Amino acid sequence: MTDTTIVLQAKGITKHFPGVLANDKVDFDLHKGEIHALLGENGAGKTTLMNILYGLYRPDAGEVLVNDNPMELNSTRDAISHGIGMVHQHFMLIPVFSVTENIMLGSETDHRSRGAGILPPLDRLERKTVAAKVRELSQKYGLEVDPDAIVGDLPVGVQQRVEIVKALYRKASILILDEPTAVLTPQEAEDLTRIMSELTKQGVSIIFITHKLKEVLAIADRITVMRGGKVVGTTTPAGTSEHQLAAMMVGREVILTVEKEAAQPREDVLKTEGLVVHDKRGLEAVRGVSFNVREGEILGIAGVQGNGQTELVEALTGLIPSQSGHVFLSGKDLTNQTPRALTETGMAHIPEDRQRHGLVMSYTVVDNMVLCDYYHPPYSRHGVIQPQVLEDNAVKLIEDYDVRTPSPYNPAGKLSGGNQQKVIVARELSRPVKLLIANQPTRGLDVGSIEYIHKEIIAMRDRGVAVLLISAELDEITALSDRIAVMYRGQIVTTVDAGKVSREQLGLWMAGGHPETT
Amino acid sequence: MQGSETKKKDAGRTKRLFRSALDAVLMPLLAIFTALVVGGIIIALAGGNPIQAYIGLFQGAFGSPQALSETAVWATPYIFAGLAVALAFKGGLFNIGAEGQIALGAVATAWVGYALPGLLGITIPAIIHIPLAIAMGILFGAIWAAIPGALKAYTGAHEVINTIMMNYIALNTVSFLLNGPMKDKDPLNVIARTPEIAATARLPAIFPGLRVHWGFVIALICAWLVWYLLWKTTLGFEIRTVGANPDAAKYAGINVKKLIVLTMAFSGALAGLAGAIEVVGLNFRHELGFAIGYGFDAIAIALLGKTHPLGVVLAAILFGGMRNGATRMQFLTQIPTDMISVIQGLILLFVAADEIIRYIYRIKAREERLVLTRGWGG
Amino acid sequence: MAKRFGFIIVIMAILIGSVVLVGYKQVQPIVIIASMIATTIAVATPLTLGALSGVFCERSGVVNIGIEGMMLAGAFFGWLASIYMNSIWGFSAMPSILVGVVAALISGGLFALLHAALSITFKVDQIIGGTVINILAAGITGFLNRQLFFEKGSIFGGHVPHAPGVLPALHIPITELFQKWCGANTGTCYTVGESLNKIVDQKPIAISAILLVFLSSYVLFNTRWGLRTRSVGEHPKAADTVGINVYFMRYANVIIGGLFAGLAGAYLTLESVPSFEPLMTNGRGFIALAAMIFGNWTPVGAWAASLLFGAAQALQINLQFFRELIPPNLAFLQQSYVVGLTPYLLTMIVLTGVVGKTIPPAADGKPYEK
Repeated sequence: MTDTTIVLQAKGITKHFPGVLANDKVDFDLHKGEIHALLGENGAGKTTLMNILYGLYRPDAGEVLVNDNPMELNSTRDAISHGIGMVHQHFMLIPVFSVTENIMLGSETDHRSRGAGILPPLDRLERKTVAAKVRELSQKYGLEVDPDAIVGDLPVGVQQRVEIVKALYRKASILILDEPTAVLTPQEAEDLTRIMSELTKQGVSIIFITHKLKEVLAIADRITVMRGGKVVGTTTPAGTSEHQLAAMMVGREVILTVEKEAAQPREDVLKTEGLVVHDKRGLEAVRGVSFNVREGEILGIAGVQGNGQTELVEALTGLIPSQSGHVFLSGKDLTNQTPRALTETGMAHIPEDRQRHGLVMSYTVVDNMVLCDYYHPPYSRHGVIQPQVLEDNAVKLIEDYDVRTPSPYNPAGKLSGGNQQKVIVARELSRPVKLLIANQPTRGLDVGSIEYIHKEIIAMRDRGVAVLLISAELDEITALSDRIAVMYRGQIVTTVDAGKVSREQLGLWMAGGHPETT
Repeated sequence: MQGSETKKKDAGRTKRLFRSALDAVLMPLLAIFTALVVGGIIIALAGGNPIQAYIGLFQGAFGSPQALSETAVWATPYIFAGLAVALAFKGGLFNIGAEGQIALGAVATAWVGYALPGLLGITIPAIIHIPLAIAMGILFGAIWAAIPGALKAYTGAHEVINTIMMNYIALNTVSFLLNGPMKDKDPLNVIARTPEIAATARLPAIFPGLRVHWGFVIALICAWLVWYLLWKTTLGFEIRTVGANPDAAKYAGINVKKLIVLTMAFSGALAGLAGAIEVVGLNFRHELGFAIGYGFDAIAIALLGKTHPLGVVLAAILFGGMRNGATRMQFLTQIPTDMISVIQGLILLFVAADEIIRYIYRIKAREERLVLTRGWGG
Repeated sequence: MAKRFGFIIVIMAILIGSVVLVGYKQVQPIVIIASMIATTIAVATPLTLGALSGVFCERSGVVNIGIEGMMLAGAFFGWLASIYMNSIWGFSAMPSILVGVVAALISGGLFALLHAALSITFKVDQIIGGTVINILAAGITGFLNRQLFFEKGSIFGGHVPHAPGVLPALHIPITELFQKWCGANTGTCYTVGESLNKIVDQKPIAISAILLVFLSSYVLFNTRWGLRTRSVGEHPKAADTVGINVYFMRYANVIIGGLFAGLAGAYLTLESVPSFEPLMTNGRGFIALAAMIFGNWTPVGAWAASLLFGAAQALQINLQFFRELIPPNLAFLQQSYVVGLTPYLLTMIVLTGVVGKTIPPAADGKPYEK
């Protein structure tokens, strides 16, 4: 792309939130028809900047120019009227509505040449007309969508296409994509790349936010790195490398691989046979899964979110029942046991959603530390809680696991994400543990916390604990696991030794393909 | 190093406790004050003299040993009912059914009080009769609340509507009983009420000549028991955890379904106790219409008292005082006692929407908002 | 939903059938059926309107258990206004009653405005907010009722003046039509016509309720307003990102809900029986909520459920006519008590989900934070 016409320019954008300066005098520009990546780790300020461009937040200072015209930043309508469209990381789609209804929402009469009727709120919805327009757009840009489908039933990749068509329906010429590949299989991500290049050929300019280095180098025309609310620099893929980008993101040399010694696995600790689990809607999410995890090894389950991993973990930890199959822990059949029975047999669980399952936000750190153990001595005797024991326990764990909190009686809700996760880790790992199930253990955390938790997991493994690691971040799986199992559509499609497989092969399995193995 | 660290932590803790106590009390006090002001405006608009009205109110509530005794009498069922609702709130549940639970508890207690001796053909000694009568009230109240609790736990049906339905069923049932099989057959009696309970089933008064009875003391003891249960026992920990985050509670190994039923049962037990104590301590029978209004008053008391037993006791005494003093207020100024309902509604309004109070008095927000609604889906 | 409509039809058939079984010796079955249906439509009116109120509020994401209070306020202030117009300002009956209806609408709307402010702006827990509405409505109506009508020296002189009455039924001349067709004043043919007429001759608010059901259904599912309302109740953030004002939509729909609830109150004192009793709504607001839930938050579904609950009430009313005819072994039915429990028991059964799962709007009850 050699066109250097600037279609969008942000100057001096500053935005405060309580306690944090999210954007600090940020300058950013976008060339016509380019794919411009905005790179940074969690909390760097990328999403804030984009939300400002889209009119969702008002900046405290700074201005935005679109095609040299200053833009009002009061609402999304302003952004839309300037041709800016945004596809959020968590889709802004209404699951019970059809594709057409989602697309027409808010712009219900745009397709009419004569505008709204006499009493606009009571304007009849013209679903057929809009559906026709949707088909037209989807053909023009190669984005296959069925206008009459109910969005909630569509796979994630298709939902994303609906979001893009939604933006194009509103005549967007600048498209912002927030972490678009976070929920896609490698196959779908390739599809997206194709779509993006088709769009740019037709003159659409694209900004996409990501924290994935490889992606950025493969797709972007230019890369801007943000850190701590500031822009660190802008470069091109040709002029940089993964290591350099990582350093810019974090501000120091980052170790991209985890150091660990070879595993020394022994007996089976966890063994599943033909496990079948239904999801909330009663459909089979886990369809006959069998695997084992041994003492002193890390088994990583790779796979895109939504292929049954959530239900698998919930069944293993006793949160939901399994419909058939068996689960053995240290040789004992513990199928469909209660969470407490499993915990007492030595299972520890770092849950996927720490705020929902792992902690009680309104409770103090002290209480959260004993969330699973409060009922037995020494934490309580004869049904009466022993407050001093609880406090001593918390103080010790806070120190051992370096949890940053002004007091043990601080409510967990006031801790940062990383420290919340540390509380959970401290609680789970300070028990006698035979099996650790870690589900997305580093999601949403800063690099420092990620390194810490990875070290803890390796340390557990070296102490002889069996570790089952589930993660949507392929890099995390490949870095930590000794063996890797790939989950696709509720089944384990392959189990391999970590050292003997390439990322590309894993990606193919994750997408349902059958690569040749060396 | 250890010693001074601990001392610092203790000093910090005392300061923190004091601060949070001040915070806890400030908002409710301001809510009450504002409600009284607004109430005063309404009184003035309706042609009365607010100052005189409130003087009458205060005199009637706290102005003499007689008044204090009556306030305690009014406050007693409010304490039990308020505790019932507060306990349910702590468990994440909305018990709007206190009214029905109180009525059923009262009727059950009355039956043991007047019918059982005749049925068994003996005089039951007070030491057995009183506890038995009270226990029956507790039991019926507990069961009545456990039913919607079980429906919620095992079918997901929201307890708000079910407890209200149970209210109407209970009140209709009690009306039927008091107009029919359980009616006082005294030829001089025309209203719907039970016969008087036996002398052996009555709680003695504390001071001769004053109506305040041992039920008041039992209520205070119950408040302490509820506090102990919630913050000192593992069961209380489980109740509060289910209330704070049912998903985390499940993860923590708590049997959430069982706890929902148990929490509702405890709540209903307290409400049933309210009815029972009224029968054995005050009226010595149950009269139709006695329990009307207690259900919603209890919600206001529980919220005003921030769902904490101590707060509930204080709020109950306040509401009891207001109901008691209203008679004197009406006597002095012709303002109808219904005005109290309006004021209590306003208090609840300001307690619930404390942002209004904050806005008026320019106070910064500090604590967590109480959120109980997770919609109908649960 | 089909399962539910089936359930509703079966239960209604049972309810109507029981009355027929009891009274067929004295009165022709067709007359009994017509009477049951006519009564059902009438008494279901406040439930239907209450349920519609709930549908609009909750479809936009605001839980409203204050319908009972709004209904009570509508009942009282509507009645008060009509008496005021009639006794103090000397207007004749019909204008007074109509002013009363308007007053009922406004009072329902005002209480709804309070609920909206509490829930949307102050983000108070919505069930507590609804409870506040109920307590305030009960307190204010009780207080004013006492103050204005029972205090010496009040405007009305300490007694309840003669009320201007109720809205009259609209007569459609079906009977006359049938008379012409059948060529007789008696006989089965004529009775059919007469019975049909009984069913169709309803009073204005009852008729409005039915019309509003279909209007609401159209608005909710086929217009811009409805699409935006539902979006705000399912995924307000998504609606926000396409430029919809979530707060406005919620406020507007809650107030619309208040108007419906006020109209329901107007039915009670201006169409049904021209007098006011404290707390006369007697749980109808909550039964209306159950109807809304059973109807899966759709106007037509809520209407069907309201008819079901109305039929239970109609059963109680109509059985009174046949008290002496109830066979001794069913004597317990004589007691209005047992039959009077039917609406409440039905509600509880329905809520257990044994007749199908209920799916509320996804964002129902969650305050929206930008």
